[in-house]
Amino acid sequence: MTEESAGGVAKKFLYVNRRAPYGSIYALESLEVVLIGAAFEQDVSLAFLGDGVYQLAKGQDTKGLEMKNFSPTFRALEDYDVTKLYVEKEALEARGLSPADLVVPVEVVSAERMAEIMEAQDVILSF
Amino acid sequence: MKFSVLVNEGPYTHEASDTAYQFVRAALAKGHEIYRVFFYHDGVNNGTRLTVPPQDDRNIVKRWSELAAQHKLDLVVCIAAAQRRGLMDAAEAKRNGKDADNLAPGFRISGLGQLIEAGIQADRLVVFGD
Repeated sequence: MTEESAGGVAKKFLYVNRRAPYGSIYALESLEVVLIGAAFEQDVSLAFLGDGVYQLAKGQDTKGLEMKNFSPTFRALEDYDVTKLYVEKEALEARGLSPADLVVPVEVVSAERMAEIMEAQDVILSF
Repeated sequence: MKFSVLVNEGPYTHEASDTAYQFVRAALAKGHEIYRVFFYHDGVNNGTRLTVPPQDDRNIVKRWSELAAQHKLDLVVCIAAAQRRGLMDAAEAKRNGKDADNLAPGFRISGLGQLIEAGIQADRLVVFGD
């Protein structure tokens, strides 16, 4: 199904993550799309805006929530050839975070640059 | 133009499902093609045939089913999201040992690959959500 339907032409897919990891299911289910989508060999990027930057924060402890901590999955994305992770600079700074606080290496970009990245996409999935 | 549509919210709680429906109807009326409508997150609840809204209100699920029948729409409910939320067709009910199924006519259950493929095949993927 995958190669045939793709017709051999990769599209630029951007997954936009806007929400904190456990307050709602959007973050987890977004990650599920990324993992499934990786099999389609498209040109994939992830963007983290607003509270979405918390998805990448180190030291997540979800025991008290009785939910699965899915942050280690972000470290596995490299194995799926998903390596373009953009984090909004303003969002990170507003929350007192720096790239050193995140579980994976990311490219920190200004909101203005983020808009340009979005402009360059074929498909944007916003969660 | 060939559109795909992603619906991320359930019926009634959010307007997203209404707006998606109105978008699809308007696009069809203008002669555009709807390649697929994919239901994800709580959006899968748009596909339960067990909703009974008040008679003076719109029937969102029925409305989707009717539009699908009229235009041969491909309405796809994400299987992983559906399983979490208790939405299943007869085959899924049997496979999971459940005593009932609730998928509305015109919908089918399939995987997330169908969403990616919808993004690849369409000229535009339009997301309706919160």
